Amino acid sequence: MLYTEAGQFSTTYRADRRVFRLRQDRIALGTLLAFAVAVVPLIGNDYWFSAILIPFLVLSLAGLGLNLLTGYAGQLSLGSAAFMAAGAFAAYNFNLRIEGLPLLVSFGLGGLVAALLSIVFGLPSLRIKGFYLIVSTLAAQFLIPWVLVKFGWFSNFNASGVITAPPLEIAGYDLSSPGGRYLLTLAVVIALAWLASNIVRSELGRNWMAVRDMDTAAAVIGISLPKAKLLAFGISGFYLGIAGSLWAFTYLGTVEPHGFDLARSFQVLFIIIIGGMGSILGNFLGAAFIVLFPLLLSNLAALLPVGLIDAGQLENIQKMVFGALIIAFLIREPDGLARLWQQFRARARRWPLRY
Amino acid sequence: MDFFFEVLIGGLLSGVMYSLVAIGFVLIYKASGVFNFAQGALVLFAALTFVSLVERGVAFWLAFGITMAAMLLLALGVERLVLRPLANRSHITLFMATLGLAYIIEGAAQALWGAQVHGLELGIEDVPLEVGGLFVSQFDLFAAGTAATLVLVLSLLFNKTRIGLSLRAVADDTLAAQAVGIRLPRVWTAVWAVAGLVALITGLLWGARLGVQFSLSLVVLKALPVLIIGGFSSVGGAIAGGLIVGASEKLAEIYVGPLVDGGIENWFPYILATLFLLVRPAGLFGERAIERV
Amino acid sequence: MSNRNIFRKSLLAALVFGGVSSGAHAAGEQYFPLQSYRIGPYAAGGTGFFGGFIDYLQYVNANGGVNGVKLTWSECETEYVVEKGVECYERLKKGLNGAPAAATNPLSVGIAYATLDRSTADKLPLITINHGRTDSTDGSVFPYAFPLQLNPYSEVSAIVNYIGQQVGGLDKLSGRKIVTLYHGSPYGKETSEVLQKLADKYKFELTLLEVPHPGNEQQSQWLNIRKIKPDYVILRGWGVMNPVALKTAQKVGFPVDRIIGNIWSNSEEDAAPAGAAAKGFVSITTHPSGTAFPVLQGIRKDVVDAGKGNLADPKRFGTVYYNLGVVNGILNVEAVRIAQAKFGNKPLSGEQVRWGFENLRLDDKRLKELGALGLVQPLRLSCADHEGGGAVRFQQWDGQQWKLISEWVQADRGFLRPIIEASAQKYAKEKGISPRDCAKES
Repeated sequence: MLYTEAGQFSTTYRADRRVFRLRQDRIALGTLLAFAVAVVPLIGNDYWFSAILIPFLVLSLAGLGLNLLTGYAGQLSLGSAAFMAAGAFAAYNFNLRIEGLPLLVSFGLGGLVAALLSIVFGLPSLRIKGFYLIVSTLAAQFLIPWVLVKFGWFSNFNASGVITAPPLEIAGYDLSSPGGRYLLTLAVVIALAWLASNIVRSELGRNWMAVRDMDTAAAVIGISLPKAKLLAFGISGFYLGIAGSLWAFTYLGTVEPHGFDLARSFQVLFIIIIGGMGSILGNFLGAAFIVLFPLLLSNLAALLPVGLIDAGQLENIQKMVFGALIIAFLIREPDGLARLWQQFRARARRWPLRY
Repeated sequence: MDFFFEVLIGGLLSGVMYSLVAIGFVLIYKASGVFNFAQGALVLFAALTFVSLVERGVAFWLAFGITMAAMLLLALGVERLVLRPLANRSHITLFMATLGLAYIIEGAAQALWGAQVHGLELGIEDVPLEVGGLFVSQFDLFAAGTAATLVLVLSLLFNKTRIGLSLRAVADDTLAAQAVGIRLPRVWTAVWAVAGLVALITGLLWGARLGVQFSLSLVVLKALPVLIIGGFSSVGGAIAGGLIVGASEKLAEIYVGPLVDGGIENWFPYILATLFLLVRPAGLFGERAIERV
Repeated sequence: MSNRNIFRKSLLAALVFGGVSSGAHAAGEQYFPLQSYRIGPYAAGGTGFFGGFIDYLQYVNANGGVNGVKLTWSECETEYVVEKGVECYERLKKGLNGAPAAATNPLSVGIAYATLDRSTADKLPLITINHGRTDSTDGSVFPYAFPLQLNPYSEVSAIVNYIGQQVGGLDKLSGRKIVTLYHGSPYGKETSEVLQKLADKYKFELTLLEVPHPGNEQQSQWLNIRKIKPDYVILRGWGVMNPVALKTAQKVGFPVDRIIGNIWSNSEEDAAPAGAAAKGFVSITTHPSGTAFPVLQGIRKDVVDAGKGNLADPKRFGTVYYNLGVVNGILNVEAVRIAQAKFGNKPLSGEQVRWGFENLRLDDKRLKELGALGLVQPLRLSCADHEGGGAVRFQQWDGQQWKLISEWVQADRGFLRPIIEASAQKYAKEKGISPRDCAKES
């Protein structure tokens, strides 16, 4: 009953076209954001910030980056982590070598470098398609970390080959506490998610979906395939690069290139499979799932009698359950958690009526 | 010059090892259009099962048989629980399903047999053999011989047996094959079982080299460029691709590597494969042309 | 109900569940948060190390704890994955049921890096025994990080000194050829610079060869080695790279007793999978394998024979990783004991335990009391020096187990110190840290 749309009429085209047409949706989103920005920093503790919320936000952003490419433009990539690494190392170097460069600007420049690299490795998509693309993206996945390890310049000749977060300061405010790092991450993620939700509704986003659904038809109606595809690679790379910077600087603090390995790329891919391809919301749901599910399982196991399942077996089981869930989602709900949410929402709008 | 040939021969022989993994892919790809990322996990599972049985005192051939039976069961399960519900879905979906499958199999292998590193001796001494002034590894020759036998057996299987013929029919035209009464599920199970056999043999050879441990499942990454270069749908192509990748990466490491301080073997095959994709998308021996954009 | 519905409901159920674990409460305990890893690619190391660590803690408890303070611990599986390690760190750092955490021991470079800043902020010592950032040896810049016993620089320096001994003196190194075969990762590359400096100093010819991760193909590197014909090969391996290196060496006919494995190439798990090819392989160790040491006999009597041993496979008792765990246990417990002498016999905070680490003194007399003479090297830590030892022994694989073939060989720490300090200063500048003045620390 709360969620009824009766009485809400769009009287202008502008109102009719808005993203959240229902008042309840707008209120809910506003409340959620207000809660995340104003209330969470007050009630959260170190564990929630550092172990759950920050990785959740960063992984959501990474998922968003890959989703733009795979979910919207239909180009499969297994190189997400490499572009994250490129973004992180580039941001580190910009910040280090240009005196007084604001933190957010270094993040942005890091994102641009990742975008350029992503475009370069996306070039083969102009000739080939489908899952053959995983080869060129895997080439990126192996080549970029190798370069970062090989040439000491990228890590400022650190003996251990790692990069460390610069002082997290914006306009004089020190954000290095867990709560501060959370707010910084949250702000970046909200801004970029807002941007993404506008991109996918723009002409470009619609072109992507046309390319994804049938590229020949898209070409026939006059969409430039090279432009659409390369822009998808570039924008996706930008998002991943920023996610990489956040991963390195607001989440972990110190990273080595090895932290952005193939397993990370798979993780990002799983986020969008579970969350939902071609959905902005899905990335957040998928990332929440990936972050929370292992914790849930280990807490569940702790309820069982001691010694029934040891820690090692638990991880094995977790791995199997994960694999099984991927397959289950692909079979039963290819559109992922986002679709489940939509169905729930549709039902809530009709409630208490069934149909 | 001797050195060059030694590198070349060494590279070709390690290429054979890549080809073995790639053959497993080709079989499954031909029959069901699935790019099976779980092949590496199958290799791990087979080798781990085998070596754990041998360590518990089971005789070599019995252990081989039991492992093969396990692979057959696995094939049945995969067909029933993964392939059948996903029939007619896009290649990308199927590929991602095999990613999930790889997770399940890796988890199961380690849950069953633990995560220790096992040594595996096949009873082949690996001392270098000197042939006309060149050093050649005995073990690699043995591996090459095994691969050759395997290819021979597989081609007999495909050309002479009923199941082989139906498999080729399915690969050629799935609809027509079904129309003449070939049961698709049976063919799929059979081909996954054969891929399981290939995985077992691969696992034994690689396991004897690396020790049986988790990183066996990473050999899958070496097979991918092999497939691109050789073509996804030809066993001969997998062999040729393996040889090309093996030889070129070793030569590159020795002769190009020093320019950039070495360690280029990991990505070199991928760059090579990407170039191949740009020039010859179907690979050297691929049948089906990859759709151009 | 359709299939689809069952799927959804079970998902929902999975999300709704998930409770809070409970445990027995006891006051007056000192807690060790264990970020262990028992599965995944590096499980062999994790099970051995944490098995030894936990067994030693049990052994201490069986003998009355540390001055009456019982030790407690809980495990959190990291699978050697960085985020899981961070999650475990955040989950466990607060202590357990009121028992404060003493120190974290992740035994993973990646996790150690990711928790370095946090450890300093949370005032909880981060112990990276035999590994970690080399420059964290400088405790004035890294107050909470402890690369105990041996940092990577000391490791190669000791190896070079040992090779010097073998060829009849360091002056005889001149003109010799040494190849370093390293894992293609920051860990593998870490010592390249200092090796080059040592090569310049002793005038030996150094060739650095990289093996790409994970290292299951080394044909070309070993062919190269055969062409170079070096006197020694230093193997900086990791995981599968080690047995493959030994097998490939045999394949190209390089004598295995001229290969010297570093600290992560020195376990049974590194040599045994190579089978006969490993026989004669030499490696360094800071913690000899074997069960003859009194402390291990004690653990066998009080823990293992009592059926409480942590190892799933009892055959691994006394292996390299297990003994490293025991050594790590000894060092942690000794730090607690030393800190108790200053702060009182009660559970201590991380900051207090850190003081214990910085004042860790282990001489032969104390080691004998602990039953660990020959198992642990004499250590002396200070505010400026968080490593303390820098000595290794050499061992040789006889096909079944490791046999010690040398006494303690000391690294040239005076030569390394300025390099380490320069690196630490650079870090301090980058991060805006002002180093402590160690002269003022007590």
